[in-house]
Amino acid sequence: MNKAEPLVSRYSHEDYKSTVKPIWCPGCGHFGVETSLFRALAYLELPPEQVAIISGIGCSSRIPAYTQCYGFHGVHGRAPAVATGLKLARPELTVIVTSGDGDAFSIGGNHFIHACRRNVDMTLLVMDNEVYGMTKGQPSPTSPADWDSKIAPGGTGFSPFASLAVALASGANFIARGFSGDPNGVARLLVEAIQHPGFSFVQVLSPCVTYRPEERFWKKTVHPSSVESTNDPAVAGHRLLSDDGFTTGVFYVGNRPCYSATVDTSNHDLRAIEEDLAL
Amino acid sequence: MNQTISTLDAFLAHAHELEREAVERYEDLAGQMEVHNKPELAELFRKMAAIEQQHVDKVEGLAGGEPRTLAPWDYQWQDPESPESIPVGQGHYRMNPYQALSLVLACEERAEAFFANVAENADDPAVRESALQFAAEEREHAELLKVWLARYPEPKAEWWQDLDDPVSQE
Ligand SMILES: Cc1ncc(C[n+]2csc(CCOP(=O)(O)OP(=O)(O)O)c2C)c(N)n1
Ligand code: SF4
Ligand SMILES: [Mg+2]
Repeated sequence: MNKAEPLVSRYSHEDYKSTVKPIWCPGCGHFGVETSLFRALAYLELPPEQVAIISGIGCSSRIPAYTQCYGFHGVHGRAPAVATGLKLARPELTVIVTSGDGDAFSIGGNHFIHACRRNVDMTLLVMDNEVYGMTKGQPSPTSPADWDSKIAPGGTGFSPFASLAVALASGANFIARGFSGDPNGVARLLVEAIQHPGFSFVQVLSPCVTYRPEERFWKKTVHPSSVESTNDPAVAGHRLLSDDGFTTGVFYVGNRPCYSATVDTSNHDLRAIEEDLAL
Repeated sequence: MNQTISTLDAFLAHAHELEREAVERYEDLAGQMEVHNKPELAELFRKMAAIEQQHVDKVEGLAGGEPRTLAPWDYQWQDPESPESIPVGQGHYRMNPYQALSLVLACEERAEAFFANVAENADDPAVRESALQFAAEEREHAELLKVWLARYPEPKAEWWQDLDDPVSQE
């Protein structure tokens, strides 16, 4: 990991945390993800004003309000589009999209695929609890086919969306999975994801303790990968498609060229943009 | 796993991070309890944060300032999280004082075990001595917590059950 070891880190959790108290349910995995994110940013010594956290809608997508970094709580499923525009206009910023399995893979499925394909230098962090938490427990694209719920008695019968394999096939340049109960492990994945050029996708298994209380036992189900990451998409694809969905670690570190054209914002002040829009 | 922390510097870095993360987690839990209208538990966690902050200050005193930090994943914890932090995922909106204090007690016991393990495996006498001191302090806290815990009745086995479904947050 490229970093000269400092004697004392210049930043800590406190520098990234806002005064808004999370309204997540106590025990929610998203708390662990928030901790990991702050630890990763502190490790990278990124000043909060150089980081933009963009989200869609969902419990997971509330993170921008809870940080001191710049943030944008966007439209459901569309955070990658907002983040792409921002990164092209302000390439010097570290852009991180925080999303959920519903936000990123359901209503935002198309944006997810094309964000991977465009390979703009940013990181997508999906807190996957295999449920729509915010809207009270409906099955999401990653819910197991037989997950029995009030809205889908006996389960939906649909195969779960294989998000990591889809990301690989769509062109993402870094693909990893972590578990919110291991905040330091997730911090490490985020550091690597942020440092790696191009579009990085990190799925974090993050239990919804209210609507999927059985996910509290994920801590016993997750297991670290026993093999090194690869830059060979065929090897990564084989691993991902034969994986049980609970292996944590880095699956793919690619060297696909990232999209680097930037948007010239010099002639577009806010007034001009507003005038254009009024036409 | 046996802790092999060979220098006093490395030991103080671990002790500092352990206490600092405990403060961070207790503050977070206090906030969660405030949001969920549990002022008694919020106060309990704030009190714990203040106690652990004194330990942070003590380590800084011993180290002559803030000890060097390691990468989060380079600390030698036995579990995914540092021993004195209530693990992510153990909070609950129906938590009661008995349950909260049990979690706090478990933190003190894990911290004691961590320091005892460091002492047992240390070659450097300065590390061993410091680690034994820290272990003794954690043990003392654990004993006090047991007395505190005894004041509360043990909740029914299914204390988390809610006959009224959680309401939507928006
Ligand atoms: C356009 C639109 N459609 C639907 C909704 C309702 N809605 C809010 S959050 C959400 C699902 C969020 O699920 P997920 O992304 O998994 O986040 P979680 O709450 O589980 O963290 C839905 C469908 C909405 N806010 N906007
Ligand atoms: S409903 Fe689920 S995802 Fe939302 S805050 Fe509660 S535990 Fe977390
Ligand atoms: Mg979800």
